[in-house]
Amino acid sequence: MIAVVRLAETVAGSAGALSRRLRLGGGTSIVGMVLNRLDPGAMERLAAETARRCVVLSGTNGKTTTARMLIACLAADGRSIAANTAGANLASGISAALLAAKRAGRRKDRNTGQETGRTGESVGVFEVDEAALNDIVRRLRPGLVLLMNLFRDQLDRYGELESVTERWVELAGSLPEDVTLLLNADDPALAFLGNGHPNTVLFGMADDHGNNRELSHAADTIRCRRCGEALSHDFVTVGHLGAWRCDSCGLHRPTPRFQASRVELRGFEGLSFSLLDSSGGRPEAFDVSVPIGGLPNAYNALAAASAARALGVPPETVSGALSQVDAAFGRSEQIFLQGRTLRLLLAKNPTGANENVRFVMSEESRLHVLILLNDRTADGRDPSWIWDVDYEPLLDRLDSLTLGGRRCWELALRFRYAGAPHDSFSVHERLPDALDDALSATPEGGTLWILPTYTAMLELRSELVRRGVAREFWETA
Amino acid sequence: MGLRPAVRLCHLYPREMNIYADRGNIAVLHRRLAWRGFDLRVSESPPGERIRTGETDLFYLGGGQDRDQLGVAVDLQGHKAASVRSAAADGVAGLFVCGGYQLAGHEYRTVDGQAIGGIGALDVTTEADATRLVGNVEIESRLDTGRMRIFGYENHAGRSRLGPGSSPLGRVISGHGNNGEDRTEGALSGRFAGTYLHGPLLPKNPQLADWVLRLALEHRYGGKYELEPLDDHFEEAARRTAAALTARRRLAPRFRVRTR
Ligand SMILES: [Zn+2]
Repeated sequence: MIAVVRLAETVAGSAGALSRRLRLGGGTSIVGMVLNRLDPGAMERLAAETARRCVVLSGTNGKTTTARMLIACLAADGRSIAANTAGANLASGISAALLAAKRAGRRKDRNTGQETGRTGESVGVFEVDEAALNDIVRRLRPGLVLLMNLFRDQLDRYGELESVTERWVELAGSLPEDVTLLLNADDPALAFLGNGHPNTVLFGMADDHGNNRELSHAADTIRCRRCGEALSHDFVTVGHLGAWRCDSCGLHRPTPRFQASRVELRGFEGLSFSLLDSSGGRPEAFDVSVPIGGLPNAYNALAAASAARALGVPPETVSGALSQVDAAFGRSEQIFLQGRTLRLLLAKNPTGANENVRFVMSEESRLHVLILLNDRTADGRDPSWIWDVDYEPLLDRLDSLTLGGRRCWELALRFRYAGAPHDSFSVHERLPDALDDALSATPEGGTLWILPTYTAMLELRSELVRRGVAREFWETA
Repeated sequence: MGLRPAVRLCHLYPREMNIYADRGNIAVLHRRLAWRGFDLRVSESPPGERIRTGETDLFYLGGGQDRDQLGVAVDLQGHKAASVRSAAADGVAGLFVCGGYQLAGHEYRTVDGQAIGGIGALDVTTEADATRLVGNVEIESRLDTGRMRIFGYENHAGRSRLGPGSSPLGRVISGHGNNGEDRTEGALSGRFAGTYLHGPLLPKNPQLADWVLRLALEHRYGGKYELEPLDDHFEEAARRTAAALTARRRLAPRFRVRTR
């Protein structure tokens, strides 16, 4: 049996190497697919072999960045990590990550001649697709489950938001008692998932730091989950998140144990806040600062820091690690090309895109923008979500607008019906043309803001690699 | 602009029923009228409020999640369903998309067998299935103004069947349509049209948008309206992309997405 397992792992590993050689991509998912096919119990077994405990995190937005932040905290605390950092967040990606961690461990041991076993505890940190979460939690038996947010996203694949929520309710009800369930209290769809679970911990924003935001058109969970009436908000942060309450039945946001207060946004430079931990008898507070900007990243940092604290990482280690963390690829990434600064902001749903529009507008008064819309599986086959994005405020601030991607004409219609004249933007079906046009419209020394969907970002990345200014994503992840 | 009184659109349940970017359809109606010198006044009709039937030329109802659709169905049975039916008899136009299309029919039966009553303005009954019908769609429609191809995206668990009081909006060229079996898509009864196609529906289908607007204008001002053509070259480019997607789908085997 052990020989069969070894064989499965070897075959799977070779498939990954072959896939990378043929430039089919990072190869991470191919390894896992082959492995899971040859040995269906691989994930459970590898998890038991390589990680003392696992953390699983899910949510519509911020998974990759939050995982990255949490990994930084745990690594700074001396723990060794197995993680699916390439954004491969289905069963195949997780199995592949576990296999890679096992092999890395074995290599190291061979080199040092030491027995297996390390100084620090080994931890698996896995971001998981919303729809795959129940299955993966059942197989991995994580010690901590972190649920971040639920926004409308890829309706073609997940179905309605409601059905994902129902599955998560089911999951929360079936968790063993000792599993820590870490929930975003600011999302009314998630705040009460842990009501029947003894080991539930909440995080959320302490205030709106004077932002005075209102619910956007794309806000999703706007009704009380208990009585169905419209919710009111003391403040709104991202999408439908915030300090919500139901004036009809009295249900309201429970007070989170971990709260971010005095959030300070410093644009592309980053953000900081004070993290209050009100657990037990003596509340503590410590400063968190990350070099990645935008309010959604305040949530990501808060979630990661809360998870790290719940896993016993000391506050000063958390602070230190987060201050050094860098953005996941395509998220707040900066690349220099032909004397211009390219800033990439990924989005594949209305809430994410709205945040990017806000972010761009907070940075500069006159803007050069390139938007890329694809409709592959990872982007969502149905591009109708762009009509829920509030692009209108951008119109008065644009010095140039270029539209590209497989569904560039849908974007053209979006801007036409927003009131932009035909000749006020350009449209290109081929990505290199769109990039060239956007670059030539941006003056030297200027910034070009690029807002791609997921696979459009991969294509853009390949194009930038061809032009010698970026690395393939599996080298950076 | 402003010389003529505005065309009056009553947007039913805009907060509850908007999941497939329905505001894109409203934007298209608004702009295509404005470019021809007409105003559009949109009034929103939330739960609990009566409809002022004498002040509406066109109804719009979009798609929502099951939970919201259930709440809307309950509210409809108060006064609104009867008001909308009587407005239809008076020649008011209506466009009903996705969940809104199901609600415009007689009844929607959930997977658990629960029957939800609708407006009853279209001769359609819908029954939910465990599988969803998802993907790009192309249909051919013969309206009084001529033949047209309509492109969109469908994503519905409901299987709709037409009674003798409605004719299909179109014949399925590619995709599933009303039920994935009889090659019909959508429904027409008088000046009311319903369809599963979103994307949103109207930006890529300017001919259909103008057909709806013509009905609304006729109700507002009486007589017949010929709308002057617009520069629709973006629309045509988007239709070419959509046609390439449905052509590819016609060649590939059809699939269904199982949700649980
Ligand atoms: Zn309530």
